[in-house]
Amino acid sequence: MTKLLEIENLHARIAGGREILKGISLAVNAGEVHAIMGPNGAGKSTLSSVLAGKPGYEVTAGRVLYNGTDISPLAADERARQGIFLAFQYPVEIPGVNNTYFLRAALNAGRRTRGELELDAAQFLKLVKQKLSLLDLKDDLLKRPVNVGFSGGEKKRNEIFQMAMLEPKLAILDETDSGLDIDALRAVADGVNKLRSPGRAIVMITHYQRLLDYIEPDFVHVLAGGRIVASGGKEFARELEQTGYAHLERAA
Amino acid sequence: MSAHLDTIEQITAGGGDSYKYGFVTEIDVDTAPPGLTEDTVRFISAKKQEPLWLLEWRLKAFRRWQTMQQPDWARLNIAPIDYQGATYYAAPKNAEGPKSLDEVDPELLKTYEKLGIPLGERAALAGIAVDAVFDSVSVATTFKDTLAAQGIIFCSFGEAVREHPDLVQKYLGSVVPQGDNFFSALNSAVFSDGSFAYIPPGVRCPMELSTYFRINQAKSGQFERTLLIADAGAYVSYLEGCTAPRRDENQLHAAVVELIALEGAEIKYSTVQNWYPGDENGKGGIYNFVTKRGACRGKSSKISWTQVETGSAITWKYPSCILEGEDSVGEFYSVAVTSNHQQADTGTKMIHLGRNSRSTIISKGISAGHGQNTYRGAVKIMPGAAAARNYTQCDSLLIGKSCGAHAIPYIDTRNSTARVEHEATASKISDEQLFYCLQRGLTPEESVSLIVNGFCKEVLKELPMEFAVEAQKLLSVSLEGAVG
Repeated sequence: MTKLLEIENLHARIAGGREILKGISLAVNAGEVHAIMGPNGAGKSTLSSVLAGKPGYEVTAGRVLYNGTDISPLAADERARQGIFLAFQYPVEIPGVNNTYFLRAALNAGRRTRGELELDAAQFLKLVKQKLSLLDLKDDLLKRPVNVGFSGGEKKRNEIFQMAMLEPKLAILDETDSGLDIDALRAVADGVNKLRSPGRAIVMITHYQRLLDYIEPDFVHVLAGGRIVASGGKEFARELEQTGYAHLERAA
Repeated sequence: MSAHLDTIEQITAGGGDSYKYGFVTEIDVDTAPPGLTEDTVRFISAKKQEPLWLLEWRLKAFRRWQTMQQPDWARLNIAPIDYQGATYYAAPKNAEGPKSLDEVDPELLKTYEKLGIPLGERAALAGIAVDAVFDSVSVATTFKDTLAAQGIIFCSFGEAVREHPDLVQKYLGSVVPQGDNFFSALNSAVFSDGSFAYIPPGVRCPMELSTYFRINQAKSGQFERTLLIADAGAYVSYLEGCTAPRRDENQLHAAVVELIALEGAEIKYSTVQNWYPGDENGKGGIYNFVTKRGACRGKSSKISWTQVETGSAITWKYPSCILEGEDSVGEFYSVAVTSNHQQADTGTKMIHLGRNSRSTIISKGISAGHGQNTYRGAVKIMPGAAAARNYTQCDSLLIGKSCGAHAIPYIDTRNSTARVEHEATASKISDEQLFYCLQRGLTPEESVSLIVNGFCKEVLKELPMEFAVEAQKLLSVSLEGAVG
């Protein structure tokens, strides 16, 4: 069976800068939840940016296969329409652009690519209601411009809401827990857990142990100095809870 | 040639009487010879069969124009204009247009499609004789009947001169005097045609004065003259222009628009302009040098200007309000786009005379390519305007590394109880915003379009609804190719 995501010896750097990823290899199957942990500067953001196709990064060696195909020729928006979703660590504001309007444009862009019929306003609203109730969210964030005036927690919940609407195959959650208090974290984690499905892989990138208490991963990897220095299953996750991962960093 | 000139002189020399009763001899020359002399002015007036008072008015303006110089204080690079090399009158060419949509340039049709222009109007815009396509007569008649029932006058300027000379004489030149500037003097001498509207006291005009006008856009000239009067307590919303790209062999467009709002009246004047902007090297393109001014004569009167300027090689205009009446209100909402090698020096003047007068200015400038966009605004609070208030917000969006955005605000307050606020921002479309949109599956074009429309939202929402949608599409089309 083809793996959903295969990262093979990936080396990458910021364009014109020094190398940050120094040979990452990782395989993710649909239905799995992976956590990638590591200190700041380890390369976590670089990894999520390179996977999402953010401009300004160069892959210097290795490759990334998505559904068996090399994604390097695909631009960021093409990757998105193929089902790759990135929940941003710092979701940006887009003034004057209504959140609902934005989401509908995004949803229909993906549907067009897949040869599906676009949703009209009524059908779209129906889907919205469905997802809002699934995630136990209120509809007030729909009326506002994208992320404008949203609190940290609201921004993260908006990311998860968008994930629910766009139904990606591969969801990369970039430090989704950063800046959240316990209640907000719990709410976001609940949402993510509800979106787990056999057809979907979730890769959580995080700094903090506690996220793993709320979203139980199938696999955990420790990223330090641009490499994955340790990997394991659920047991490893529980072990890390006790020991932390600082000792693994030093080994890198 | 000279035989025809003799005929003109005969008729014009005859004095007022022969004009009143119309011509006996028909002038069959269709185009004035190139150049601008008194004879040209007389030729135009004769062709239009105008009364003597109007010919004299034109001649006065022409003589004034001859003493003036083209101004050069704007932040614009204007190639010298050969005033004597142009033609100032050409009869509409009815017989030469395409006979059907099949004969129309497919690129043009594609643009109409992109802009969402209603099918019924595409033919007219492409220059196909309107009666050949649909029953324009009945459309026009229904429209006019509805207006007439309320006593509303809405017709071409030429028709107004014939049917309502008293109204025209009373208000023409009262807001924009002939000698106001070089281009208003020129327009006053050689204006072709335009619109006239009068809304009687207490009447709320029941429809946008635009639909009918748009059908005839294809024939409008380079020196348009428009005069709109809203009598006490009246309301009218007027839309000028259209989103469809428009070409003209005449490069200089110098229109004059005068608005008068009496006590308690309100005029909403919206413009969507997409004249040919020149090619990607900056060659060709229309010069859009317009003088627009509204006088809020009465107490609590209100005039609101909304413009979306995406075309023309050079846009030079300052739709303004003279806030004479106590409690009068002036508003200016603008989106101006300069891409490729376009230039714009545009803004507004709000002159506060009446106590407690208020003005709002929201200007959104978008520069892309090698475009140069300048906002120039003047807020003048005169001594009698106690408690006057102004709020100005002037935002610039820069796309790419080679464009420019400039703001030149003037604030002149002569009353210490006035309150004037000015805010300005200059920004570029952030990479973060773009990437966010891309990561959600939107193409680079869709992303820029979304972000730009968000930037312009405050202005676009002032447009009559049918045009807000078209204006959004127009913004996207104007910025095609600007990113990347």
